[in-house]
Amino acid sequence: MIEVQNVSKSFKDVQILKHLSTVFEEGKVNCIIGRSGSGKTVLMKSIVGLHEIDEGRILFHGRNYTEMNDKQRKEIRKEIGMVFQSGALFDSETLEDNVMFPLRMFSGMSEEECRERANFCLKRVEVVNKNNLYPSEISGGMQKRVAIARAIALNPKYLLCDEPNSGLDPMTSIVIDNLIHGIVQEYNITAIVNTHDMNSVMEIADKIVFIYKGEKWWEGNKDDIWHTDNQELNDFIFASSLTKKIKQTLK
Amino acid sequence: MKFFYHIGRYVLLMKKAIGWPDEKRMFWRNVGKEIVAVGYDSVGIVSIISFFMGGVMALQLAINMENPVLPQYLVGLGTRDAIILEFSSLVIALILAGKVGSSIASEIGTMRITQQIDALDIMGINSANYLILPKIIAGAITFPVICCLSIILGIGGGWVVGDVTGMVPSNQFILGLQFMFQPFYITFTNIKMVFFGILITSISSYYGYNAKGGSLQVGQASTQAVVVSSIVVLIFDLSLTTML
Repeated sequence: MIEVQNVSKSFKDVQILKHLSTVFEEGKVNCIIGRSGSGKTVLMKSIVGLHEIDEGRILFHGRNYTEMNDKQRKEIRKEIGMVFQSGALFDSETLEDNVMFPLRMFSGMSEEECRERANFCLKRVEVVNKNNLYPSEISGGMQKRVAIARAIALNPKYLLCDEPNSGLDPMTSIVIDNLIHGIVQEYNITAIVNTHDMNSVMEIADKIVFIYKGEKWWEGNKDDIWHTDNQELNDFIFASSLTKKIKQTLK
Repeated sequence: MKFFYHIGRYVLLMKKAIGWPDEKRMFWRNVGKEIVAVGYDSVGIVSIISFFMGGVMALQLAINMENPVLPQYLVGLGTRDAIILEFSSLVIALILAGKVGSSIASEIGTMRITQQIDALDIMGINSANYLILPKIIAGAITFPVICCLSIILGIGGGWVVGDVTGMVPSNQFILGLQFMFQPFYITFTNIKMVFFGILITSISSYYGYNAKGGSLQVGQASTQAVVVSSIVVLIFDLSLTTML
């Protein structure tokens, strides 16, 4: 479980996050949704400590991450797997080396054990017989899958995905969504998925947090979202004429 | 003020980079990779430039010293001292600032903008230490080796060109090479190269590590890395020559 308590973050004079509080539950896929520039990525980067917050607290299973020193944070970070929007695979390393990277750094396993675990993770994300390829030699969807394999290599307690479906076609997006959902349930991980893809939200979200102009505007689950009266949320999720028609039909 | 801002940030980055690595096996693997990238991959260009530089040096000296009063072996002596003291250290360092410096800045800059450095940080890895320290060590090790290679090829170039053109007889050139040779010159030039290796790799890493934006900014960071490294190398060359 990750608790975000009264978190604020500014860049120069612009306040991006405004006293935001929420709880990301264990064993569930928690989706953060919101328009571009609403503060989703800043929140995610603040959670993992890439941005220092101005105010508030972030707790990982009750452990106050905000007040920890670098050494303590390092220990928590070993429990976090993160999938970036771009995949962020190391382009000078093969796919196998990418997945083996955190294992070599932290697991204390032998080279053979690391390779075995890396192969297991690659198989789990359905990337087989491509171990010696480089990230530039595979498709965007496959890069995301390898990024997920790298993120789960050390059996993380927390999985954070920043727009895992961006730039992918709808079919591949569903594959990635199902992969995330399956892994979260399999390993009882606390997952936070940052997205503005409503198909993805409807596919995997157990909890939804809607951020609007840096504030938590709404939270609930995917059943609640169809019936909400929240104007900004309705404008966001029913932006297209197709979704508007669906809502009318549901009503 | 911007000068002090960069100095401060550079010092902080180096403080973060220089320390005991998280995982020694990976660290030494990276040092090996960097020795290849910084040193081995530069051998070709350094060899060509050094040979021709030595050749031109010998020719220029021979042309400008066409005087019956001046013995011909002075061409060998002049070529040797110029190559050892300045050309194989300063000129090669400036060339490497362009080749190695831009490569390091663009590599780390690209890693920054594609979030690969963020990925390292999130894994709990000291990204500065992981990425920069192996490059600095590789620079400190390989620059003196490259310098020695450059000295051999530079002097060899002077000898070959002088002999082939008939402007300096071979025996006179070799006599000049041996005349009043100071072994400390080699030590001195290698000390300079260790400094230049550390400066070029660390300054280029600094610009790459702090790159922001997109590919345009990575290009700008790369250019800045080369310009600043070259200026700092010139300043240190003057300072070290004065001190040593």
